[in-house]
Amino acid sequence: MSQTTAPASQAQPDVLAVAARRRLRFPAALRNPLAVTGTAIIVVWLVLALLAPMISPADPLAQNFDRLQPPSAAHWFGTDQLGRDVLARVLDGARVSIILPLLLVVSSLLVGTIAGSIAGYFGKVADEVIMRIADLVFAFPTIILAMVIAASLGPSLTNAVIAMLIVSWPAYARVTRSLVVVASRSEYVVAGRLLGNSPFTSLGKDILPNIIAPVVVLATLDVGTAILLLAGLSFLGLGAVPPTPDWGAMVSDGVQNFSSWWISVFPGLAILTVVLAFNFLGDALRDGLDPRTADAVKGRAL
Amino acid sequence: MSTIPEGASFVGKPKASGGLSIRDLTLSIGRGSSAKNILRGISLDVPSGQITGLAGESGSGKTMTGMTVLGLQPAQAKVTGTIEFDGRNLLELPTKKLNTLRGNDIAMVFQDPTSSLHPMLSIGSQLTDHLRQHTGMSKREALERARVVLEQVKVPDPAGALKKYPHQFSGGQLQRVAIASAIMCSPSVLIADEPTTALDVTVQAGILRLLRELCDDLGLAILLVTHDLGVMSALADTIAVMRQGEIVEHGDRFQVITAPRDPYTKALIDALPHDGSAGSAPDSASTGDAS
Amino acid sequence: MTSLLELDSVKVSYRVAGKPRLVAVDDVSLSLGTRQVLGLVGESGCGKSTLARAICGLEGLDSGSITFDGTPVKRLGMRTRDRKLLRIQMVFQNPYASLNPRRTIGKQIEDGLRVNPDRTAWTVPDLLAHVELDASARSRFPHQFSGGQRQRIAIARAIASGPDLLVGDEPIASLDASLQARVAGLMRNLALETGASLLFISHDLSVVRVIADDVAVMSKGKIVERGDVNEVWSNPQQPYTQQLLSAIPKVDGLGILPG
Repeated sequence: MSQTTAPASQAQPDVLAVAARRRLRFPAALRNPLAVTGTAIIVVWLVLALLAPMISPADPLAQNFDRLQPPSAAHWFGTDQLGRDVLARVLDGARVSIILPLLLVVSSLLVGTIAGSIAGYFGKVADEVIMRIADLVFAFPTIILAMVIAASLGPSLTNAVIAMLIVSWPAYARVTRSLVVVASRSEYVVAGRLLGNSPFTSLGKDILPNIIAPVVVLATLDVGTAILLLAGLSFLGLGAVPPTPDWGAMVSDGVQNFSSWWISVFPGLAILTVVLAFNFLGDALRDGLDPRTADAVKGRAL
Repeated sequence: MSTIPEGASFVGKPKASGGLSIRDLTLSIGRGSSAKNILRGISLDVPSGQITGLAGESGSGKTMTGMTVLGLQPAQAKVTGTIEFDGRNLLELPTKKLNTLRGNDIAMVFQDPTSSLHPMLSIGSQLTDHLRQHTGMSKREALERARVVLEQVKVPDPAGALKKYPHQFSGGQLQRVAIASAIMCSPSVLIADEPTTALDVTVQAGILRLLRELCDDLGLAILLVTHDLGVMSALADTIAVMRQGEIVEHGDRFQVITAPRDPYTKALIDALPHDGSAGSAPDSASTGDAS
Repeated sequence: MTSLLELDSVKVSYRVAGKPRLVAVDDVSLSLGTRQVLGLVGESGCGKSTLARAICGLEGLDSGSITFDGTPVKRLGMRTRDRKLLRIQMVFQNPYASLNPRRTIGKQIEDGLRVNPDRTAWTVPDLLAHVELDASARSRFPHQFSGGQRQRIAIARAIASGPDLLVGDEPIASLDASLQARVAGLMRNLALETGASLLFISHDLSVVRVIADDVAVMSKGKIVERGDVNEVWSNPQQPYTQQLLSAIPKVDGLGILPG
């Protein structure tokens, strides 16, 4: 199980840590243009998010009388309807809008993988109980269910993340379960059991390392979805509570001031770049993580 | 070791139309000093109405010879020499022409029938698709032809078999279906690569019989690639023995088995249990299965 | 001779959707002594692989019993294997599936060494040398090896655990045809060298003939004949065995089709 618990201790650089570790083993596997672009964008955003208070040109919460100013030398991204600097809010919003979805993806990866592998390996009652709960969640449209849960818990970022965790773990559980079911019939798993591995050892040593790659890839691709989902909840007023800057909420504000395009375009672009970057990285990881395709990937390395 | 002149007596024979004639075939992978020479000057005639056996250990290049005839050698391989078929050199044909030739005039049967047939398509559509594409035959005509061919390869209940799927057949029946699919377009050359190795001996006997009948009745030129000297002895008319990319001996079946001229062939045959009933040639070469 | 493995009227059946239960192994009694090589031959579908899995505790029995060195073999299920039963090890048919693709060869062989009661019996380089592989194989991964080499690694892993009984379930069937005899010979030598018995299951009669002491012929879930391999070959008693043996083509250069 060490493979899944390791990233948990350091929620935020999870994907990067995996990428770095793999880079040591497959030096060229991740050095393709898409992966480099994706990683670079993510690194830049993470640095900006961490340094936001220091580099921000203005206080993201400070209101002044320059309301709805278009981009200018003083306010590069303009100001919003309360006269707050949009650039400062985009930078500060990165903390909520990138780090929370990352945290969310890592926790649903953990919950889903553990639940799914127990269901897949032990089968019978465990399988029925876990997968029926998952089916229950699947039966509702994701955003609607998240809305209902978030609304009933009350609007706050924490509650939005809990709601999203509840709606997103079943995807991981289902994928993990089907992979575990297939892998547990493999002869190497049986051979391990014949050498005296207990079911849990077998799960941790023989099965999880072989199925975790596609799940991690799924998680990378899911970061984009999570950012959009959180943005969606904030847009509906169920996520970040004003005045906390959040990209989704900012887009929502912009929509109400349609003529001031800069209010929604800049946070929208920020969401776009991050989602794209994680998708690039996910694609590259999918190819790079598999030792069998890694060799082929090296062929088109930079 | 050079090509033994015994082969020459078969090289010169007037060949019936449709046979295959391989001359000085070499195949290497890689460049310069790191190049691996897989085939080093193979000359072999595969005449119509005869079964030409190609024996050898793993890594001797026997399968690669069969693949090269079909143009299925690895993309980075460098090939020289000629493979003459119907007055044309296959190695110089453009891919498009080769594609129509493949399956139509030269067909192949593989070791494992379960992986050479599509699991999701019915036998009927697998047998007729190729034929219809090549000849523009109507579906009804093609199915009728498929039924006749299945009868020819002695699949029980041919009409019913057309509607079945590969998993509904046993290994032996499936190999018969694979042979049927190979001869659907009435090819003149059939390459059989270890066609019975995956099968039980009693089933093997039936497939050997079938290959012999097809060769005699249809005048097919069959290139039989196998390591099993028992199968060779039962089926091949002439036997070529390959070692490290060269043919070390090629001659009449009886002569090669009972009075081998090459020391390597002799070693292969001497290694069998005395009454000669064991099929596998014990692998004595040092090259082994290095990747 | 005390027997190492004792099968008493073993019956194993499967549920098949829409059909009556399929009896794969029907009333099989068999005993295997120490340091004995028994070849189990039969055509595909005769139940020989099911029998091998039952001996390893991977199949439940309908009736009858399997006793290994005084310990009854029970279905493994979701429990950790009984320490005594660790002395039965298996080599599987498909070398591409029987090694964990994510762990190095060295680690996987060490898994075997860990359960060997005699901890100093082997080292990894020793074992690799015994299966004719280079010591550098230790730090490599399975996908870097050919099928024949992987099967040698699987054999090394089984031998590392110091088994008293090595079961080979068609261990050569998916290997390149001309390697089969060599890998089979290697299994026999290693088993005997370590004092283990070998149950070698194969549909390839010619290989069994070369490596086995005794041969058991299985047909439709039952063992029809058992005896010394040379005796069975020269004087088969049962019609089924006779038919099976006569189907092997002879290397006489006469071009006689068998059967």
